[in-house]
Amino acid sequence: MNFFGRNKEKNKDKEVIEDKNKGLISRLKEGLAKTRHGLVDKVTNIFSNHLVIDDELFEELEEVLIQADVGVHTTMQLIEELEVAVEEEKIKTTDALMELFHAKLAVMLQEEDGGLELAEGLNVLMVVGVNGAGKTTTIAKIAKKFKDKDKKVMLAAGDTFRAGAIDQLEVWGDRLGINVIAQQEGSDSAAVAYDAVQSARSKNADVLIVDTAGRLHTQKNLMDELKKVKRVIEREASDAHVEVLLVLDATTGQNAISQAKLFDKAVAVDGIALTKLDGTAKGGVVIAVKNELGIPIKLIGIGEAAEDLQDFHPKEFVDALFADK
Amino acid sequence: MIFSGLAEKLQGTLDKLRGKGKLNEKDVKGALREVKMALLEADVNYKVVKNFIKKIEVRAVGHEVMESLSPAQQVIKIVNDELQKLMGGTTADLTFSENPPSIIMMVGLQGSGKTTSSGKLAKRLKKQGKQPLLVAGDIYRPAAIKQLQVLGDRLDVPVFSMGDATNPVDIAKGSINYAQSNNLDTIILDTAGRLHIDAKMMDELKSIKRKVNPHEILLVVDSMTGQDAVNVAENFDEALGIDGVVLTKMDGDARGGAALSVKAVTGKPIKFAGMGEKLEDLEPFHPDRVASRILGMGDVLSLIEKAEASIDQKKAEELEEKLRKNAFTLQDFLEQMEQLRNMGPMDEILGMIPGMSGAKQLKNMQFDDKQLDHIEAIINSMTPEERRKPEILNGSRRRRISQGSGTSIQEVNRLLKQFKQTKKMMKQMNSSHGKSRGLNIPFLGK
Ligand SMILES: Nc1nc2c(ncn2[C@@H]2O[C@H](COP(=O)(O)OP(=O)(O)OP(=O)(O)O)[C@@H](O)[C@H]2O)c(=O)[nH]1
Ligand SMILES: [Mg+2]
Repeated sequence: MNFFGRNKEKNKDKEVIEDKNKGLISRLKEGLAKTRHGLVDKVTNIFSNHLVIDDELFEELEEVLIQADVGVHTTMQLIEELEVAVEEEKIKTTDALMELFHAKLAVMLQEEDGGLELAEGLNVLMVVGVNGAGKTTTIAKIAKKFKDKDKKVMLAAGDTFRAGAIDQLEVWGDRLGINVIAQQEGSDSAAVAYDAVQSARSKNADVLIVDTAGRLHTQKNLMDELKKVKRVIEREASDAHVEVLLVLDATTGQNAISQAKLFDKAVAVDGIALTKLDGTAKGGVVIAVKNELGIPIKLIGIGEAAEDLQDFHPKEFVDALFADK
Repeated sequence: MIFSGLAEKLQGTLDKLRGKGKLNEKDVKGALREVKMALLEADVNYKVVKNFIKKIEVRAVGHEVMESLSPAQQVIKIVNDELQKLMGGTTADLTFSENPPSIIMMVGLQGSGKTTSSGKLAKRLKKQGKQPLLVAGDIYRPAAIKQLQVLGDRLDVPVFSMGDATNPVDIAKGSINYAQSNNLDTIILDTAGRLHIDAKMMDELKSIKRKVNPHEILLVVDSMTGQDAVNVAENFDEALGIDGVVLTKMDGDARGGAALSVKAVTGKPIKFAGMGEKLEDLEPFHPDRVASRILGMGDVLSLIEKAEASIDQKKAEELEEKLRKNAFTLQDFLEQMEQLRNMGPMDEILGMIPGMSGAKQLKNMQFDDKQLDHIEAIINSMTPEERRKPEILNGSRRRRISQGSGTSIQEVNRLLKQFKQTKKMMKQMNSSHGKSRGLNIPFLGK
């Protein structure tokens, strides 16, 4: 049980880093970690408000977890594990239980920070998700992030279906000064991907980000189309580093699990971008997604502007999960 | 495991208790726990669930359930009743102004589906003889105006835009003059998606409301929304006084508990449900159906209604007659299958059948419309006599059919075997029930 100690150590490090990068972190703080400086942490309250470990404590814990969209299944799993531990490890104090709770949660979620790593040569990032999740906006944000690091970035307007989708990406391209490869509406999205990969190769791009049309994961023919896009990318960019990013809207409840499952099944998802965390939704369902499917969370979206993107930090995410609005 | 049908679970829980004789209060509470879990799993808000369970507990521990012969059904019935009560009895429609133009204002979070729903609504109103005008009030999201213009073109509905440099309040105002001078009687005002806690953006909506006084403010809510739905609905309703809700993306596999949360906190009716990306996919909302969907009991009513709409009543009666006399032929089967396919894609139809809405079963079925194409091709390659009397199909006839239909001989054999089994099944059904009612979907098994 040295987890708590280790965690404290980490926090200290983080504070030092934060002092250095005030500007960078402050946005995240606004969007996320309101808890840190004074705001109520519901979970801490639950543990400290109870003198003994009883059913009521577990019920309150259940309430907080469910309200953060963690889901019945994962919540029950967490609580059952705690109950077992109380029995077996003879945990007596609520403090010790809280320690254990955080440890278990950390194991379920992930201990590493998120972020996107670039490999040498061409990187192709295919961005998928249901309608309106925030794919196109997230693409613009990622593009900006890499462009700011002096990477050569290109975009592919692979959403050839939704009205105005190509224009939307092109507007972002113009704003950011980034080249967008597009064909007309209604054309084959795999053909756009093909063109884009050729073009990215010939221009020696570092990153090519491929937008795709929003689709519900239950639409078999559309999921097949997505597979085809991925096949074309993998074939044409066989020496490149290809990654699939699934965009999940933090407002989404338990359906996100089904989304992750079916997108993963179709195109093997490498990571998740969780958008719209600037609202009041907590996005707790990603814990279930990580726990059940093992897909790591890489990025979070905290606004509509190009700079409103952050690497995922599990600790801060959990803090925000239990913060009172 | 994904929750698969409250009905089955409850049945299981309560069946176990049967042996003990009468149910006691504790048994029923145990069953209600299952209900609670089902509701939470469907994303109904925690607090809403808590209140709801309290309410049904009173009824469920009463003798209504305790003394009944089938407590599981009884509990489900009470839950279903109460759910429907909570969701509102009938489907509401829109209010229009005596002096046109009527103004319908669409509001909601980012990505909830406002623009698409605006287009669908325009299409629906046009069909009802209205002259709608779509108004591009989202000046923020890149190409949002373009999106609406494309939809307008497709629908042949005019779109009013003042570009993205005019403020939305003035755009809304301007659209009224435009509608009046062009004889358009219904304005559908699309607005930018915004967070309910974004005070500045919420103020913008309030200003629009003050300026143009919409007759109908519809909050567009994604059916996949989780616990936060209550916050969203509460805030929008407080700020604007919404008149109703459009629940979008209902064609997916979300159980749609958000519908219940939204209704519970605002008391406002859910008026429409978005069922797909096609512009005709906006349907009036049926609280009863969503109630059973939230409970994981399938959308039986939708299925029956769809069947009724696409199945020719006279033919259905003829068919029933044939079924009764066991004179059902492959020709009948072909016709029946064509009617079934008129109802929509197989996956969608199957999703509405209770017990099949669980993702798991559906995944295994993965009903391939191609398979149905093959069956059609096979029967189409048969002579009328063969369709009437499949027993005359010997080896060489079967070969001819498989070649004619471009399928394999195995497929032909499989079809014939299944047909034979179906007939046998029908025969049994006929002898056990006087009359078979409702849908007959032979061959749906694997
Ligand atoms: N508040 C907030 N809004 C966001 C965020 N990310 C995206 N959005 C908004 O959500 C809406 C939908 O975003 P898009 O990027 O168009 O979503 P998409 O997944 O590409 O949508 P489709 O292509 O239509 O399926 C837009 O209004 C975005 O500005 C976020 O992190 N926070
Ligand atoms: Mg998009």
